[in-house]
Amino acid sequence: MSDYNFAYLDEQTKRMIRRAILKGLAVPGYQVPFASREMPMPYGWGTGGVQVTAACLTPDDTVKVIDQGADDTTNAVSIRKFFEKTAGVATTTSTAAADLIQTRHRIPEEPLREDQILVYQVPIPEPLRFLEPRETETRKMHSLEEYGLMHVKLYEDIARHGHIATSYAYPVMVEDRYVMDPSPIPKFDNPKLESAAIQLFGAGREQRIYALPPHTRVVSLDFDDHPFDPSRADHPCALCGAEGSYLDEVITDDRGGRMFVCSDTDFCETRRDAAKDEVAA
Amino acid sequence: MYVAVKGGEKAIDTAHAWLAEERRGDRDVADLSVAQIREQLALAVNRVMAEGALYDPDLAALAIKQARGDLIEAIFLIRAYRTTQARFGHSEPVDTGKMRCDRRISATFKDAPGGQVLGPTFDYTHRLIDFALAAEDQAANASQVEAQSGDAAAAEMPRITDFLDRDGLIQPELRDDTTPPDMTREPLAYPANRALRLQALARGDEGFLLGMAYSTQRGYGRNHPFVGELRVGRVDVEMEIPELGFAITVGEVTLTECETVNQFVGSKSEPPQFTRGYGLVLGHTERKAISMALVDRALRWQELDEDNSGAPAQDEEFVLAHADNIQATGFLEHIKLPHYVDFQSELELIRKLRAEAQAAQMVRQPEAAE
Amino acid sequence: MTPLLSVRNLSKSYGAQLGCNAVSFDLFPGEVMGIVGESGSGKSTLLNCIAGHIAQDRGQVVYDTRADGPRDTVTMPEPERRMLGRTDWAFVHQNPRDGLRMNVSAGGNVGERLMAVGARNYGDIRDTAQDWLGRVEIAAGRIDDRPSTFSGGMQQRLQIARNLVTAPRLVFMDEPTGGLDVSVQARLLDMLRELVREMGLSVILVTHDLAVVRLLAHRLMVMKSGEVVETGLTDQVLDDPQHAYTQLLVSSVLHV
Repeated sequence: MSDYNFAYLDEQTKRMIRRAILKGLAVPGYQVPFASREMPMPYGWGTGGVQVTAACLTPDDTVKVIDQGADDTTNAVSIRKFFEKTAGVATTTSTAAADLIQTRHRIPEEPLREDQILVYQVPIPEPLRFLEPRETETRKMHSLEEYGLMHVKLYEDIARHGHIATSYAYPVMVEDRYVMDPSPIPKFDNPKLESAAIQLFGAGREQRIYALPPHTRVVSLDFDDHPFDPSRADHPCALCGAEGSYLDEVITDDRGGRMFVCSDTDFCETRRDAAKDEVAA
Repeated sequence: MYVAVKGGEKAIDTAHAWLAEERRGDRDVADLSVAQIREQLALAVNRVMAEGALYDPDLAALAIKQARGDLIEAIFLIRAYRTTQARFGHSEPVDTGKMRCDRRISATFKDAPGGQVLGPTFDYTHRLIDFALAAEDQAANASQVEAQSGDAAAAEMPRITDFLDRDGLIQPELRDDTTPPDMTREPLAYPANRALRLQALARGDEGFLLGMAYSTQRGYGRNHPFVGELRVGRVDVEMEIPELGFAITVGEVTLTECETVNQFVGSKSEPPQFTRGYGLVLGHTERKAISMALVDRALRWQELDEDNSGAPAQDEEFVLAHADNIQATGFLEHIKLPHYVDFQSELELIRKLRAEAQAAQMVRQPEAAE
Repeated sequence: MTPLLSVRNLSKSYGAQLGCNAVSFDLFPGEVMGIVGESGSGKSTLLNCIAGHIAQDRGQVVYDTRADGPRDTVTMPEPERRMLGRTDWAFVHQNPRDGLRMNVSAGGNVGERLMAVGARNYGDIRDTAQDWLGRVEIAAGRIDDRPSTFSGGMQQRLQIARNLVTAPRLVFMDEPTGGLDVSVQARLLDMLRELVREMGLSVILVTHDLAVVRLLAHRLMVMKSGEVVETGLTDQVLDDPQHAYTQLLVSSVLHV
């Protein structure tokens, strides 16, 4: 049991996953069923993303893994170690230096390039699931483009709250054809779904892979008179001063003190380093 | 100054070290050997093999040891190991009719060719804690009665349902030589056929299937089952070797098989017949095999032209999508992972909505403020 | 004149049990056709076969589509049939729970068909929903309430609004006044008659209640054991029934 194949999965399995990825890229936003394997980490902890990453990796690649935007959260560390051990690839925390980035719940702030791949871990790939629990029915709705129900939900939100009350996993329309769940990224990240990089989405437990090829048109669902609003924080980052980044709220004491800092740790550190260099120069 | 939480890597290493220490427990107590687990906790080993879908008692025992006795965790270890194994080929279908039975009972006939063989069962024990076992005195709990092992096997044991089948009293199972789908190689698609359903149930969680089966007995998709036959024993596994051109025996596995005889169906054109439910599980796993047969029978409502009463056990998507404990436990426990990005966006939204609601209230009741 | 709907030799059986046998008829624009008979006569089976909710065994259902003229909806690809079902056709169920989304507000229920065909302006959708609630006499203030808080009569009126909002040309109704009190029934019938006239709707109306067809239907089809036993103008059939079964139906009503 000591010898694993490169990146854990056997070659046949990787070929099967690559076929699903290629099909996903050919039909953007369409959920391709694939025979997800049991992985040595639990379902719901990134097995889909890990399988997609394993199928894409080559020995020369450099990998970055983030969870909640950070490289140092426990699950990101655990997955990064997994690839260090089973694939022996180089790892990095720098967004710019990575060939492949596996993520849970965020898109890096720094725009990605055409030679990069972003792999998302997806818990529930079906955007219609909470409106219609049956897989047989949701597949039919996708194939017939019956998406009226999706807008009924948004209508209900506005009627009740005056706003669309979906703040993460905000559904999008891909190339005017498939409604897609972008995984539980905050809606703040939705505009970044139109990217130069290849974006791959892996749902292990639900056995689905889907994809966005570079520069695919991705539109967040909305109404003409209630347009999609990605919502920005009204403070700058307390550490690096960034104004357009997604912020985590950190409770600093038990008297109600709190501060807001970049959720993307690499972005924040890079900015702080640059500021230091400027001071030094 | 505040520094963003660091040290995830160190925390994980420390946690793992602590876990290893906890697993070992008090070092004054002797270490438990894998062989001891395999021999003395055999039913736990059987469950891990069945739901891990891998027949290897030593490996299952090791997994139980590593998992500190958490069987779902052990099943998980087995499944993850199983994925990494190359597949050389597949066996011929096993012939459970030729099973060398340690146990074989029928609840539908008092006696039948081959007889009722009770075998090693808890069924008629009194559930009294046996404090003698705590004394660890080997001699004291050695059996007074000479256990008879496997020699019921000598007798021919035709299947009970074959008797009913011969008289046309039970719905026949038609022979089908198409290769069954393989859920470990293809994604589960609905509607599933019966072969695929049985496959999913065979490795499904025992507790889940027990609950589903029990619900059918209590009226949610009732199907009036009788245990036509329950048999536990060993069967040969044969595999065709391409170089030889014929099948040879490559090993032996213990299986538990349950065939239920259920309420009959009939129509104007067809006289009534009993129907069947089927359960087959790796190892000695009776509760699971019987549960599986009841659930299998409940899921067959469409094929047997019955009404869907809306019972959970009749709902193929519901049962199959939730039977796998490795999927279930992973997804359930993933809510322990950080979700603060999502929570942050919810927090902002709810603050905004509350601020607006309060502002609106102020507008409505300006005089109240005075 | 081209019929809006042309049913030819429509048959459906459930094993040995006959649903409906070789039924043929034409329905012209603006016409209301009543189908009457006792329960088990096959009238609901016929309605559901025509609407495409259950598969027929034999026969054609030719509909004069807006875009391509007469088409057999039985052989039409499913996406097109489903599109018809949510635009140019409407189906009013006896039990409003079968035709409404009970966990969605009244406004959302009425707006759903609009959104399904691409309406993307919240304000417009809401205005249209408000307008329709008014037409079916539901107070404007109830637009954000869920139908579960409505009375049976209000639920039925909401179901009608939800169906008619896309201005369909053909409406199927299955015992639309079935579960309602007599006084509530009368009000609903008045409203239906008004809407049918105003919108020029063609309707296939299934009921066992002869008073309902007397009020709404231009023509009648009487069914017994899956067969059509008599057809004709409503007054003619009710006042001068020819078939023994129709005579029985009519007399049993008069004796009530």
